[in-house]
Amino acid sequence: MQPSTVTAATDPTIKTPLLRVENVVKHFPTGGAFGRAVVHAVDDVSLAIAQGETLGLVGESGCGKSTLGRLIVQLQPVTSGHVFFKDTDLTKLRGEKLRRIRQQVQMIFQDPYASLNPRMTVGDIVSEPLRNFRIARGRKAEQRVQEVMRVVGLNPGFVNRYPHEFSGGQRQRIGIARALVLNPTFMVADEPVSALDVSIQAQIVNLMEDLQQQFNLTYLFIAHELAVVRHISDRIAVMYLGKIVEIGPSDAIRDKPLHPYTKVLESSVPVPDPDLEAERKPILLKGEIPSPVNPPPACRFHTRCPIAQKICSEVEPPLEMKERGRFVACHFPGQL
Amino acid sequence: MQFPTSSGLVRAVDGISFDVDRGEVVGVVGESGSGKTMTALSLLRLVPEPGKITGRILFGDNDVLEMTDEEIREFRGNQVAMIFQDPMTSMNPVLRVGFQIEEAMAAHKRFSGQQSRDRVVPMLQRVRIPAAQERVRDFPHQFSGGMRQRAMIAMGLSNEPSLLIADEPTTALDVTVQASIIELLRDLSRELRAAVILITHNMALVASLCNRVIVMYAGRVVEQGSTRAIFKNPQHPYTWSLLKSMPRMDEVGKERLVSIKGVPPDLGKLPDGCKFHPRCRFKVDRCLTEEPPLEEVGPGQLARCWVLMKNVANPEMQR
Repeated sequence: MQPSTVTAATDPTIKTPLLRVENVVKHFPTGGAFGRAVVHAVDDVSLAIAQGETLGLVGESGCGKSTLGRLIVQLQPVTSGHVFFKDTDLTKLRGEKLRRIRQQVQMIFQDPYASLNPRMTVGDIVSEPLRNFRIARGRKAEQRVQEVMRVVGLNPGFVNRYPHEFSGGQRQRIGIARALVLNPTFMVADEPVSALDVSIQAQIVNLMEDLQQQFNLTYLFIAHELAVVRHISDRIAVMYLGKIVEIGPSDAIRDKPLHPYTKVLESSVPVPDPDLEAERKPILLKGEIPSPVNPPPACRFHTRCPIAQKICSEVEPPLEMKERGRFVACHFPGQL
Repeated sequence: MQFPTSSGLVRAVDGISFDVDRGEVVGVVGESGSGKTMTALSLLRLVPEPGKITGRILFGDNDVLEMTDEEIREFRGNQVAMIFQDPMTSMNPVLRVGFQIEEAMAAHKRFSGQQSRDRVVPMLQRVRIPAAQERVRDFPHQFSGGMRQRAMIAMGLSNEPSLLIADEPTTALDVTVQASIIELLRDLSRELRAAVILITHNMALVASLCNRVIVMYAGRVVEQGSTRAIFKNPQHPYTWSLLKSMPRMDEVGKERLVSIKGVPPDLGKLPDGCKFHPRCRFKVDRCLTEEPPLEEVGPGQLARCWVLMKNVANPEMQR
């Protein structure tokens, strides 16, 4: 195998990819002084997700991680690039064909308050996909809804209640039930626990792990909290300003981050242990995150990178496989 | 601290006692509705109407609850600073950042107008705003979230308070920014020898910053003690479960998280007995009917529990 042809989308350690993202770009036009400004939300992203695994996607606010999630499930059209689900390019599908494949690709949202229609009962919310896809109606739909509610740990007797009658954690279960009702194979979870109380987060994380086992689900788990992402994910992708800077197995990334930004993120997370905290030295970044309207040339991290050299502002480092299954976009990997 | 409501009096904070020394950081942790923010507001007598506070809040030798309007104004402005979670909504969007800091100083008359003006840039430099000389003329929207939080801290510190209350100061911020604010708070508490009360839901933040911890649940203190004791040897099942429910960066492999079943109770409809018992996996009969007192369980460590974790064998195995 020639190293030059291996990309994160054709990672040789992934035997049966369920999803392949190839060179996906998303630009949003904004007003700007001359009406030409473009937000480079996602820029040339490639990755693969294996059947049955969880890929965690981390990054700070504005890095493009949520946009990438929405591009993958086709909630927004890509500017360019491809999203292959099994062997179908989702970006080429329209109308009924896209609808069909959407049954297998579902999404869970961050805010369980805003993502459920307050005027629909739980039963209506969870059964809506069944009606939309004309899969089941009436008695059969009712049975399926009750079954799914039981699976996610909701009392099936509550089908006629409204979202406001539930707590945040229970509402997130409703969102999961709605995503699960069509028996999908792939789920994008966008910050599914960030809005929940600490004692509730573990319930939802455990539920998602159980469901994955039970239904052989594949997850893209998007979050800003590295500790949660490391816990639930088999592999992690790190994003900075619209680019993936590193992908690899989660424990390897935690133990030996290769990209300086990953190292900075890892060093910034406090651990609930006063002795370890006394030892931990966070690497503090200089300056502020640059605007995605006008990202720095070459390596986008070079303006804040503690080990940047001249080449980093001149030549963009490609996302390359440096070790088996580990991809890094950096001229000096592992040197911070 | 109680509120009259349509379903009777609700005690948002019930019988909390603690002290903070100069140079010390005390953490108050709890989930939403645990009473941690109400505790902070009580300290400043800022509890919204029709809330009522009873008890004593001593600042040095003066009882905050007995102060006249003039005294409380002086106390809030010159002795205490409060930093809130959301730095965007706590600043005036149409006034320049520097002017707002200057105004905060001038309002409390500790410094003259000229002195206040001269102190603004050094204050911004102290909280490490880059190019403070120029940025002092910016409006809040021109600052990033982290810079706004720094500016808020500068404003709070401008009158050299001896007590700093920080309510979820990093919750709205990105991790790398959060790290820099934690470092800043740590340095400032040492430099200024101020007493700091950190209110947060994040146990890891407490481990990082605090000397002592108060764990609140349903308006009560369920455990308090030194940070070391609370993290190494938690005695209340709630504290223990909270620590076990958090995914940790340093964990090996994929241990299943301990989850706490159910949800925090409604303060208007608290259960009998121990307020945590419906969610507790270690409860005994007595917990259902009698509320345990907050009792000493180790040197300087108090817990409100009939069982205590030291009496539970293999806690992970119990469901």
